[in-house]
Amino acid sequence: MDYYQALESKSVYVIREAYQKFNGRIAMLWSVGKDSTTLLWLVRKAFFGEIPFPVIHIDTSYKFPEMYEFRDRLAKEWGFELIVASNDHQLAQGMGPSTGMKLDCCTELKTNALKQVVERHGFQSILLGIRRDEHGIRAKERYFSPRDAEFQWDYENQPAEVWDQYNSFLREDEHYRIHPILHFTELDIWRYVQRENIPIVDLYRSNNGARYRSIGCVPCCSPVPSQASTVAEIIAELETSTQSERAGRAQDKENLYTMQKLRSLGYM
Amino acid sequence: MQQTPMVEEQIQSVFPIVITGHVDHGKSTLVGRLLYDTGTLQSERYQEMVQSSCETSREDEFAFVLDAFEEERRRGITIDTSQIFFSSKLRPYVIIDTPGHREFIRNMVTGACYAKAAVLLVDATEGVQEQTYRHAWLLSIVGIRDVCVAVNKMDAVGYREERFQELRTSAEALLEKFGLSPSAVVPISARHGDNIVGPSDNMPWCRIAPLMDVLDNLHYTPIEEGAFRFPVQDVYQKSGERILVGRVESGSVRPGDKVRLLPRGDQATVEKILSFPEECAPCARYGEAVGLTLSGADAAVTARGTVLAHGELPRHGSSFAATIFWFFGEYSDGDAVTIRCATQAVEGTIALRQVFDPAQPEAELPCDLICVGEAAHCTIETRGDLVCDDPSLLPEMGRFVVEHDGIPAGAGIFR
Ligand SMILES: Nc1nc2c(ncn2[C@@H]2O[C@H](COP(=O)(O)OP(=O)(O)OP(=O)(O)O)[C@@H](O)[C@H]2O)c(=O)[nH]1
Ligand SMILES: [Mg+2]
Repeated sequence: MDYYQALESKSVYVIREAYQKFNGRIAMLWSVGKDSTTLLWLVRKAFFGEIPFPVIHIDTSYKFPEMYEFRDRLAKEWGFELIVASNDHQLAQGMGPSTGMKLDCCTELKTNALKQVVERHGFQSILLGIRRDEHGIRAKERYFSPRDAEFQWDYENQPAEVWDQYNSFLREDEHYRIHPILHFTELDIWRYVQRENIPIVDLYRSNNGARYRSIGCVPCCSPVPSQASTVAEIIAELETSTQSERAGRAQDKENLYTMQKLRSLGYM
Repeated sequence: MQQTPMVEEQIQSVFPIVITGHVDHGKSTLVGRLLYDTGTLQSERYQEMVQSSCETSREDEFAFVLDAFEEERRRGITIDTSQIFFSSKLRPYVIIDTPGHREFIRNMVTGACYAKAAVLLVDATEGVQEQTYRHAWLLSIVGIRDVCVAVNKMDAVGYREERFQELRTSAEALLEKFGLSPSAVVPISARHGDNIVGPSDNMPWCRIAPLMDVLDNLHYTPIEEGAFRFPVQDVYQKSGERILVGRVESGSVRPGDKVRLLPRGDQATVEKILSFPEECAPCARYGEAVGLTLSGADAAVTARGTVLAHGELPRHGSSFAATIFWFFGEYSDGDAVTIRCATQAVEGTIALRQVFDPAQPEAELPCDLICVGEAAHCTIETRGDLVCDDPSLLPEMGRFVVEHDGIPAGAGIFR
């Protein structure tokens, strides 16, 4: 078994555990970015080509046009149930990245939109494509992570996770965040995308000397200078880069503990 | 959007190492330092460490690279385990930092179970302490054979060789108690970077290779050629077929192989090995998550928890000798628990035979209760049959987690 097969097997195992424990009450969060698209591919692997639960896209209305196009195309090609969720009330009130603190915008348009959809559908577990190497705080995540009704992450009291035995004990109003690709690095993702030929939105490829390394909402993402226009070139570029992946993300720069705040609020 | 397929270059596997040792002996500092000294600490993470050290009025605190929670930085301790990736000149690593405090021992176990080798840190001023013992014992239970000892904070003892030799002797004696012998004992200063990636001018007497070289010399060979074991994780119905999904925990299997369905013992033949996007695979090996279809099997006996086996068969029964370690809440002799071994889950009870504290293995404790940080030799009595193997031959089927009131509270190995 080679290295990427080992990474893949671990993810597939976690996905199947989640499905077994929460069948009918499970969904996946898909941001349309490279990580959650890789996760979506792994879900197809786990179920031999099918995606047996809904896929949620949290739409802040500020996403790139390329992302909407890619989302709808893949949903059709791979044939899964897509739930598009927005915080309509806040959008109607004019909430946006320029109305105040970016943190408030993320909270309303992402966290609270997710809260609403989880509540509406009664989901008890949500698969997410986060990775340990993204940030010091994510380096401390578990594969199965309980969150309370307010989406708080009680990170000082996480249950033990030993030998692939994932805790799934649900208290009232709790749900689980499940992280099947936690052990992938950014470079692993790209190598795996290349190996498996996973479709990826074009924003990651260099266009006029710049590309996005991480994608989200248009006003809060800036491209990085790059000539890499193929997956192979992106890999070659990352092999020598010392910049972090989220260098182009505006909301990370407001406060040292932004990520911790977003995390504990449940932002993906 | 068409991509050229990758030229099959061999990507090296990431080598997982866990950093263990007593409270404040410098585990997190060492990891931060390893990253910095090998030039693999991302500039933003470095900046963030400098900034948060400054905000808490400390000199550059390399531990903050790992201790990312606000509370951890404020209190200057590690609460939860974390994993960080870096590369030496030789190969990529994932370094697993763990907390030293006894109250967070479940987080230490969580981290340690991913590792193939360990560093046990001993503070040169304080010497071997309570958690040094407990962590060393836990490493032996988790099945980690390669342990190197790093005697840290050599700067605080004037880089004296005599002090190092003293601690070397006591660390060796401690590991020997638990059937381990260190791969190396290295004097270092994590804070100042002595003997981490290169030799130290402060310890001209030291002829031991720097810690990074010691780590680069550790090797691990997985047990791939064992008897076949496939604990069924779930059963899917697809196009009229029953697909048993799961992971090969030992050995390998091919279409046509005859297997036993345990614990019942019925025989069946493996028909197909399913994967995606390829439809069928010629073989499934150790570690692979696949789907199997069987012929000649009674559908009623294949469900989650059934273990498919061939070659030498595992043990099965409802009473097993075991050694357990407790990391959450308390257990009173006779309480109901769930034993989880691979995909099996059975209700049962634990008869405590000998309770002890790994930090003082000689002193026996009362046998009616086991608390956080304690261990016990015991008998596991289960209501249904359980299938298991000798942990030294087949670790995945030789170990288990104990759930108490729905929470993972202990872990153990069969004897
Ligand atoms: N003098 C000296 N101090 C050190 C050295 N290494 C670490 N320290 C200090 O020891 C203190 C504890 O270091 P940590 O790295 O947080 O210790 P730890 O083992 O991770 O602690 P826990 O995770 O809470 O168990 C910090 O103040 C460090 O700066 C060293 O080599 N020399
Ligand atoms: Mg620490």
